[in-house]
Amino acid sequence: MKAILPALALALASTAPSLAQTYAVTNGRVVTNSAQGIIADGTVLIRDGSIVAVGADVTIPDGTEVIDADGGWITPGLFAPFTQIGLIEVALEGSTTDAGANDSPYSVALDVTDGFNPAGTHIASTRMRGVTRAAIYPSTGHNIFAGQGGLVNTSGESDSVFENGSFVYADLSQSGASTAGGSRPAAWAYLEAAFNDARGYPGRFSADHEGDALNRFDAQAFLPVVRGRVPLVLNIDRAADLRRAIRFQAENTPVQIMIEGGAEAWLVADELAAAGIPILLDPLRNLPASFDEIAATLDGAQRLHAAGVTVAYTTLTSDGYYNARLITQHAGNAVANGVAWDQAFRSITLTPAQIYGVGDRYGALANGYAGDVVVWDGDPLEVMSSPTAVLIDGEMTEMDSRQTRLLNRYINITDETPFAYRR
Amino acid sequence: MTRKAWMPALAATAAMGLAACSAGTDSDGSGSAASDSDVVRHSLDPFPSTYTARESGTTLIRGGTVLDGIGGEIENGDVLIENGRISAVGTGLEAPDGATVIDATGRYVTPGVVDIHSHLGAYPSPSVSAHSDGNEATQPVTAEVWVEHSVWPQDPGFEAALAGGVTTLHILPGSANLFGGRGVTLRNISARTVQEMKFPDAPYTLKMACGENPSRVYGNRGQSPATDMGNMAGYRAAWIRASDYRDSWHDYWEAAENGEDATAPTRDLELETLMGVLDGEILIQMHCYRADQMAQVIDMSEEFGYQVTTFHHAVEAYKIPDLLAENGACAAVWADWGGFKMEAYDAIRENLALTHANGACAMIHSDSDMGIQRLNQEVAKALGDGRRAGLEISDGEAWAWLSSNPAQALGIADETGSLQTGLRADVVLWSGNPYSTYTRADQVWIDGALSFDRRDEDQQPVRDFMLGQPGEGEQ
Repeated sequence: MKAILPALALALASTAPSLAQTYAVTNGRVVTNSAQGIIADGTVLIRDGSIVAVGADVTIPDGTEVIDADGGWITPGLFAPFTQIGLIEVALEGSTTDAGANDSPYSVALDVTDGFNPAGTHIASTRMRGVTRAAIYPSTGHNIFAGQGGLVNTSGESDSVFENGSFVYADLSQSGASTAGGSRPAAWAYLEAAFNDARGYPGRFSADHEGDALNRFDAQAFLPVVRGRVPLVLNIDRAADLRRAIRFQAENTPVQIMIEGGAEAWLVADELAAAGIPILLDPLRNLPASFDEIAATLDGAQRLHAAGVTVAYTTLTSDGYYNARLITQHAGNAVANGVAWDQAFRSITLTPAQIYGVGDRYGALANGYAGDVVVWDGDPLEVMSSPTAVLIDGEMTEMDSRQTRLLNRYINITDETPFAYRR
Repeated sequence: MTRKAWMPALAATAAMGLAACSAGTDSDGSGSAASDSDVVRHSLDPFPSTYTARESGTTLIRGGTVLDGIGGEIENGDVLIENGRISAVGTGLEAPDGATVIDATGRYVTPGVVDIHSHLGAYPSPSVSAHSDGNEATQPVTAEVWVEHSVWPQDPGFEAALAGGVTTLHILPGSANLFGGRGVTLRNISARTVQEMKFPDAPYTLKMACGENPSRVYGNRGQSPATDMGNMAGYRAAWIRASDYRDSWHDYWEAAENGEDATAPTRDLELETLMGVLDGEILIQMHCYRADQMAQVIDMSEEFGYQVTTFHHAVEAYKIPDLLAENGACAAVWADWGGFKMEAYDAIRENLALTHANGACAMIHSDSDMGIQRLNQEVAKALGDGRRAGLEISDGEAWAWLSSNPAQALGIADETGSLQTGLRADVVLWSGNPYSTYTRADQVWIDGALSFDRRDEDQQPVRDFMLGQPGEGEQ
């Protein structure tokens, strides 16, 4: 038995690269997100899972599998910055969702990647629209703390989770206020108490004493946030609450705060820029959907960019598990409302990767980056465009899903083969 | 543009004297049958439209690409608006004296968007408990409620939809109930009252709901319906009562008109609406996702002698386009929403295009205060996916999904939904091809009156709610 163990371990550790081959994606408009900018007609060479050459005059070695973009676009894979893909199969069927845990005794300690299912059917339909990487987050329930988010790819493979403990998510909006006891003061007091619990860990938990807000297990999990090693993502929309968050960050150095929501962030743009707080923003939010977001506007994204705020785009108003794939439409509408195309495209590729500290590996087409490459039949931000090929870690992925199988079954309604025999 | 046979001829209804006269009165003068003055008839229109169009100028929109909403596309086309109506569509039109001439070169001109499924006003922004007025979820059959009594005309969502080119919208009650109540068709204008927004002479509709929603809402309370079979039993029990009610009124009217001594039945608001459906005056708009459930509802409609005008959401319409076409039922669908419950699990992005290509009447709908702002993009997605699946559908053909098909399914296609001479001048001038993400509505006319202009803040309505708020005047 012992003899085969090393070989097995090696195989597990190197599944993807060992199978990878060399691909050249060529004959397309290459969006690099690097100093190379946009190459009108270029080639991306990928070997053993990583990009090894990008340019207009890349020599394609013998034996390379060539993927012809046919004059279309070649881009980095999209990075959806705040989703629940792989956590929800059918939202209204609780047995199929792992997004939130209303009845758990734990909060910060919950690791959302433990619930990620790479076989979920929405993974393929998301990947087919060019999304190759995503941050996944837990939902809040009985506590302002939802737990810890992680980073995944959309390959559908068993090794899809490539980072856990990437951030802690907490709700400091009006719903968080309600959860904490009925007011914003209650929510901020709870957050302050949780910080003190983590700072006091493990000492204050000796002899079975509990924390003011967190239990021992959650306080331990919160320590990296308090120490500034893991960002704290706060769900906040209202301008006044954003200012409170800026103050909280200043008072709790070295904590790093990020904002998810940010409907009124444009009103506080300069302060957010000065504080270095990034925003995970759905650029389509423009209705006063609640009293937290009265000032929401389609011009918000453009104003935040102009002020120098780091902005990544979410699909909050479409949903985050089934239609995270609409991220290109959301970004395209940001362009329609004044954001430069390059800026908008970065907000769904390189910027999210940078926000999560993996911008040296994902979100661009440059040497040393992962072989996440998408070939499109047109401008990726146009709603009528679609990917024709998607590579993840230098591997070609399947361009079919449960949805395409249904299409193929029903596209010819007059075929005499009974439907269940059409596969 | 002719109405389908199952759509009510409103003019004929009014001429029959059904419009408004109660016992012994003839106050509105509509009692055309002179001998009828003692016959009890209840008004079919107790909350009449008070809509009046704003002043329309004479406007020539010249040199754009015109999608006429009924399949046509005219390059370098012109649209002439006079007296609130489309007076000509073609090429090389002469500008009448005094006309405002708009150069549409490089831009597109289309009919205004008609959204057949909206909850604006009934579930307005902001979402607060006091304004959560879309579902009378207190019992499964509430055909007696009318959603126009829930519409808050100050919903800022209306003007956001206008900026997306929506000129007419149909507000429906929610889908908690088997019979949710009457829908109402509105002009997308700013107004102090709902009556001012009501589309003149548009037929009433009745919202029904299949599937998971009613059985979940009532099953969770331990009452019927708790299952799909409970849903069907609930509809049928109501139709049986409605049939009896209709018979009692028809018998009464026949006897009274013959001078016999007859007593009018007791009025029942719930059954009055169902009777309107059985009499072909009220159009059924039914929330239904699954193919098998739509098929059973179609059989039920035949059992009781009414027509399902439109299945809403219809995520599995693509599985039964033949059945829908054969029964004259339309499908109003999303481009790519799905997955949120089991009955939406088989949603595919090609649903709209495939249902249309296989011969059924299909259209886009929003069911969303966000989606309604970009229905042109929703159609673009459906069109792009349909073409990639090999379906040949032209740009002009697809615009029917946004205007003439929903207008047809609302019984207003002879008034709006296409750019044809004589119709209401509900027109959108787009900044470019409206199937592009980057295109926005530049100008929107309703009955020939410029109602939205992206470059002129004076032509951008702001609802009362937004006055004095931090986001006032923001789009």
